[in-house]
Amino acid sequence: MKMKMLVLQIAAALLFCAAASALQAQTKITWWHAMGGRLGEKVKAIAEGFNKSQSSYQLVPVNKGNYTETMTAGIAAFRAGKPPNIIQVFEVGTATMMAAKGAIKPVYKLMAETGAPFDPGAYLPTVTGYYTTTDGKLLSMPFNSSTPILYYNKEAFKKAGLPDRAPSTWPELVEFAQKTQRAGYPCGFTTAWQSWVQIENFSAWHDVPIATLSNGFGGLKTEFKINSPLHVRHIGNMAKWQKSKIFDYGGRRGSGQAKFTTGKDCVMYMQSSAGYAGIKRTAKFEFGTGMLPYYPDVQGAPRNSIIGGATLWVFEGHSSKEYRGVAEFFGYLSSAAVQADWHQFTGYLPITTAAYKLTKQQGFYSKNPGTETALLQMTRAKPTANSKGLRLGNFVQIRDIINNELEAVWSGKKSAKQALDDAVAQGNRLLRKFERANR
Amino acid sequence: MQQRAVFSGKLLPLLLLLPQIAVTLVFFFWPASQAIMQSVLQEDPFGLSSKLIWFDNFIEVFGNPDYLNSLWVTVLFSGSVSLLSLSIGLFLALQADRIVHGAVVYNTMLVWPYAISAAVAGVLWLFLFNPTIGIVAFALARLGYDWNHLLNSGEAMTLVIAAATWNRVPYNFLFFLAGLQSIPKSLVEASAIDGAGRFSRFWKIVFPLLMPTTFFLVVVNVVYAFFETFGVIHQITEGGPARATEILVYKVFYDGVIGLDLGGSAAQSVVLMTIVIALTVIQFRYIESKVNY
Amino acid sequence: MIDQSPWERIFTHGVLILGCLIVAFPVYVTFVASTHSIEDIIQVPMPLLPGGHLIDNYWTALTSGADSAGNAPVGVMMLNSLIMAVTIAVGKISVSILAAFAIVYFKFPFRMFFFWMIFVTLMLPVEVRIIPTYAVISDLGMLDSYAGLTLPLIASATATFLFRQFFMTVPEELFHAARIDGAGPIRFLCSIIIPMSRTNIAALFVILFIYGWNQYLWPLLITTREDMYTILIGINRMLNVGDDQADWHIIMATSILAMIPPVIVVVSMQKLFIKGMTETEK
Repeated sequence: MKMKMLVLQIAAALLFCAAASALQAQTKITWWHAMGGRLGEKVKAIAEGFNKSQSSYQLVPVNKGNYTETMTAGIAAFRAGKPPNIIQVFEVGTATMMAAKGAIKPVYKLMAETGAPFDPGAYLPTVTGYYTTTDGKLLSMPFNSSTPILYYNKEAFKKAGLPDRAPSTWPELVEFAQKTQRAGYPCGFTTAWQSWVQIENFSAWHDVPIATLSNGFGGLKTEFKINSPLHVRHIGNMAKWQKSKIFDYGGRRGSGQAKFTTGKDCVMYMQSSAGYAGIKRTAKFEFGTGMLPYYPDVQGAPRNSIIGGATLWVFEGHSSKEYRGVAEFFGYLSSAAVQADWHQFTGYLPITTAAYKLTKQQGFYSKNPGTETALLQMTRAKPTANSKGLRLGNFVQIRDIINNELEAVWSGKKSAKQALDDAVAQGNRLLRKFERANR
Repeated sequence: MQQRAVFSGKLLPLLLLLPQIAVTLVFFFWPASQAIMQSVLQEDPFGLSSKLIWFDNFIEVFGNPDYLNSLWVTVLFSGSVSLLSLSIGLFLALQADRIVHGAVVYNTMLVWPYAISAAVAGVLWLFLFNPTIGIVAFALARLGYDWNHLLNSGEAMTLVIAAATWNRVPYNFLFFLAGLQSIPKSLVEASAIDGAGRFSRFWKIVFPLLMPTTFFLVVVNVVYAFFETFGVIHQITEGGPARATEILVYKVFYDGVIGLDLGGSAAQSVVLMTIVIALTVIQFRYIESKVNY
Repeated sequence: MIDQSPWERIFTHGVLILGCLIVAFPVYVTFVASTHSIEDIIQVPMPLLPGGHLIDNYWTALTSGADSAGNAPVGVMMLNSLIMAVTIAVGKISVSILAAFAIVYFKFPFRMFFFWMIFVTLMLPVEVRIIPTYAVISDLGMLDSYAGLTLPLIASATATFLFRQFFMTVPEELFHAARIDGAGPIRFLCSIIIPMSRTNIAALFVILFIYGWNQYLWPLLITTREDMYTILIGINRMLNVGDDQADWHIIMATSILAMIPPVIVVVSMQKLFIKGMTETEK
């Protein structure tokens, strides 16, 4: 009797195991991403949404630290033969990922191989342009893209008797800053991501090249052009403004944000459009947004700004079933509903025209004034070779070279001309190194 | 090394050493040899193509003015941190050793912040000295001093040295105190009865007896200042402004992990290993010959 | 005890109090920050007295703070940190006592060779050889395991070095006495050396526990499952918010929470220190 019970129990256990493994027959797809905090929560929600929308695949998002940590982890895993299916890589890593043929599967190829429905025309060209080959084939799936805009303190503007709008040109910005300084605010403006905003986007916005060969899109032999007279003029102006506090440096990345959000120091702030939610949460005053300022005497300015952010790359070396899952997920991710939700929640740009239209239809922009600025600025004009984006190897390091040189300018150790010449020389050295390694 | 009486037996000591040797071989010598190999290669990050280029990576490292700058920054930074944290730790330990009542409270208060990692220590100090919202920066501004370590390289260096020293003092305090307390009080008292003053008591009796501890701490602190301060630099200055606080280990990490220049980073690792191994050997050889246990 | 004049006593206490204040100030500010709302913290100047959000912030940190960072629950992360820290501490202490004992108390072929082989590693932390070490762990199939988390960190000679330094100060008379009693090496180690090293072992346990508890880059690289994450990774998750505003109040609260276990270890080991010293007074 007892024996029989035991046999029954074992049989039941085996059955249970079988059922459990049938559940596990779902193909597992891993997605390494770099989104912490609230963004990480949202990523989780997207994955859950995808998992509920179908039953053959299970998408597992794993947060692997910040962008560089995620990329390092992905590369180490690839070298060890255990890459994830999908990895999120920031825009400046694009050239590195692209050069790694054999390690990554371009999105256009993935879509063609798996036969998933895919219409490249549905995507916003200013977003995807950064991530396509010269003949327009999409390499990686845009996920979170943003562009820098100008935030201004409405209360301060009011106090200084200024109109309720952002300055549109640099001379006007100076004039506004001087007026708010007289009204008791010590600093005019500060900037986040100095290289991205004051060099890269500055160039695209004024339609001048950052580097030769269409900012590197045309090949590895590209060389820097950021010591042009216009660049020297702008950086020289900023150095001058640093002295009178029309500009005040607040540190790399977004570490100067508090200068703006305390409401007592800087009245204007150039930062990514994705910073909107964070600023809104911490600023105790009304603020508005506007496009980046430009120099009115420069021909062709303003053009359009370029993006930053990250895209999803697909690693080689997995089964075709997993690739079908990845393709299906990309389809889900690009759907208007998911994109519109992501865009409205995070402040990142939508990647498809449909999502943009849907957001407009839902009345999001009229309910949240200032959130459309980034899109208008991005799509202001058809991108030229100078404003499509940039594709430069070793660019993570080059950005820090630029950071170092700019810091030397702000602290008065170097002239703008000298610093930019040095940045070009050091940057070119790294470009040559990249060229050698990827020939 | 001086002679001392030993047990006989050949197999037993090898068995006792075995675990240490095993982990050292697998997790140190194996990866280190790969780093050496990497340093003579030119390779893309994914390891898809690699080419033997012999010493080009090394030539490039030493030809780079940034590297030489980094060497100097390391000497300045590591020297200051080791010296300051050792002397402050010893000084506090000497005071604490004298206390009769309430010693536990002081010891605990001085030791527990040791539980904070270098990276978090970096965040805390950054929080205090942030030119915009930092409370200390604010106090300094009130006193008429405009603190901005984002632009002023001297201030940046001072800040990272202070943060690293702060993080390290409890460790040195702990060891010096343990060392001081293992010195028989009767010895010190005897010399006091002989009429030796406080300073001569310290230099003639206490300090020599502290030598093994001190030697240990010097070595460990130099290692700390060379490597473990990475978190402090990473959080506070990222080597800036304009490379003023870029120590060697930060540069290795930066070029390898962020810049993905594996060959160049490996070459720097090899140089760093050589420097550090040489330092270790010199410390053992020189100090051991001077010290009598 | 040597007599001290009142002035000396005041000086001593004064120095110690000042030391305590300087040492504790940044932590105090952290604590204060963890009791305010985010808006208050980023105002100038930040308040210097605790605010009214203590329970709110800690509750958020414990329940959803770490969850919003896309992590395993705080409890699991704390447990992982604990396992990692204890394994590293115990593992390193056992391995090093044996090795140091062999080096100091034996003469054997290639002794110097092994000596240098161990001590050249003294100054080379895992950060410098991180990518090759990752490859080794992966080749051994130890990704996502406690062995992979801890073993590479056990491979360093700091503790061996400390024990060697200590063993060399052990009076030789003890050794001779033990020989006369007919004690073999193992008995000598267990009944004389280890009890004598208690203070050192305690100190090392504290140091290694904290070393293990505070590891960041290594656990981040070699774990791919969130249920293997440690608490420090949790904190860095919260700091890593891209262009969003970091939740400083929650980060500070979590930092305080993450400090509690190591502080308990430090404080309780303090007792062992005191005990060790009173015994040497005998």
